[in-house]
Amino acid sequence: MDKLNISPNLAISDNGFLFLSTTGETFTVNEIAKTILKEIKNGNDYKSIFKRLLNEYDIDEKTLEKDLADFINQLNIYNLIENY
Amino acid sequence: MKIAVTGLNNVDNPGPGVPVIRGIKEFTEFKSEIIGLIYDALEPGSYIDSLVSGSYIIPYPSGGLDLLFERLKYIHRKENIEVIVPTLDAELFAFAKLAPKLKELGIKTFLPSTEQLILRGKDKLASFCKQNDILVPKNILVTSRQDVYNISSEFEFPVVVKGIFYDAKIANNLDEVFSAFYSLSSKWGLPIVIQQFISGDEYNVSTLGDGNGNSIGNVAMKKLYITDKGKGWSGVTIYDEKLIELSKNIVKKIKWKSGAELEFIKENKTNKYYLLEMNPRFPAWVYLAVAAGQNLPASLVQLALGKNIEPYKSYEVGKLFIRYSWDLITDLKQFEKITVNGEIQND
Repeated sequence: MDKLNISPNLAISDNGFLFLSTTGETFTVNEIAKTILKEIKNGNDYKSIFKRLLNEYDIDEKTLEKDLADFINQLNIYNLIENY
Repeated sequence: MKIAVTGLNNVDNPGPGVPVIRGIKEFTEFKSEIIGLIYDALEPGSYIDSLVSGSYIIPYPSGGLDLLFERLKYIHRKENIEVIVPTLDAELFAFAKLAPKLKELGIKTFLPSTEQLILRGKDKLASFCKQNDILVPKNILVTSRQDVYNISSEFEFPVVVKGIFYDAKIANNLDEVFSAFYSLSSKWGLPIVIQQFISGDEYNVSTLGDGNGNSIGNVAMKKLYITDKGKGWSGVTIYDEKLIELSKNIVKKIKWKSGAELEFIKENKTNKYYLLEMNPRFPAWVYLAVAAGQNLPASLVQLALGKNIEPYKSYEVGKLFIRYSWDLITDLKQFEKITVNGEIQND
């Protein structure tokens, strides 16, 4: 689970609009989700994303762990990440 | 060069004529003037003077081939038509049968054979696909009440009940199948197609086959908004290699000659594509393919003219179409001309 891969078919715009080119599905995400997606896209692993969010946001480790796992699970359900 | 096009019924269930014309007119390698061939005086496309220079009412093919041919001969004498592009399902048999006679007049077409048209019919396509390893939903034809009773042993509910030409209804039990059976058979006749319901998303591909097994182009689209008539009112180009390769394979196996629309469903459980239908003409959304970089209508005209053309290699993904309705204002005189004379010249 350390290494995450964004689907190569996913386009992420600067304003948080996602387009999956294989299915035509579109999504809108908030600032934090966009940050996470960009971190994944830049090749950062789960641990470093976790660390960055913990430093940047007023959140405790346990809640972040749960929320991040939940978000990544959602990305997986919608086929926005690969090999998860 | 004058090109005659049918399907100018740009209504809430639009024919493909207007988008086909837009593609042809935008093509820069030849100059074209479009003649509309219409079945009704109020087909909106015939009043769009920026696209159509004149229109003629033609008789329904059900009135007989001779009548249709005589009318086309008359129009040809007046307009000297180079190519005819029929775009409606119901007329394609007639035009395919008339193609040799039209050729004698000097009018070119690029149409599937009558055998190909039969093969892609809702009642024949499933067996063809099975023979060629193309996935299709389980499918049977019913012609009587007794046949309907028998489906419980062969299918799990829900099932899709389809008219032989148009329309489909989802039925959750035998009572709903009977209701759909009566309503569809009274409208479109028998047989009725009962099809396995597959849960998944629908995808459509606009394609053009050269008749030798090659695809000149394939553009895939996902509908984003569907009207209560089941028509896509908005859609976006997508790209999935599996879908495009499957489309090419279908065109290859059937050696399709002409434009077509392939309708697929991608099963949620397996992510596999099933072919639902093959419509034997360009879809009403074909202008999206043009806008995405594959001018399939213009390529069809080039093929009709006997030109060798290179297949398109790619198209732009993420191009969106949004259909809209628009009130075209014209003079009653125009309507009068077309009603009284059966023809109209746009200024």
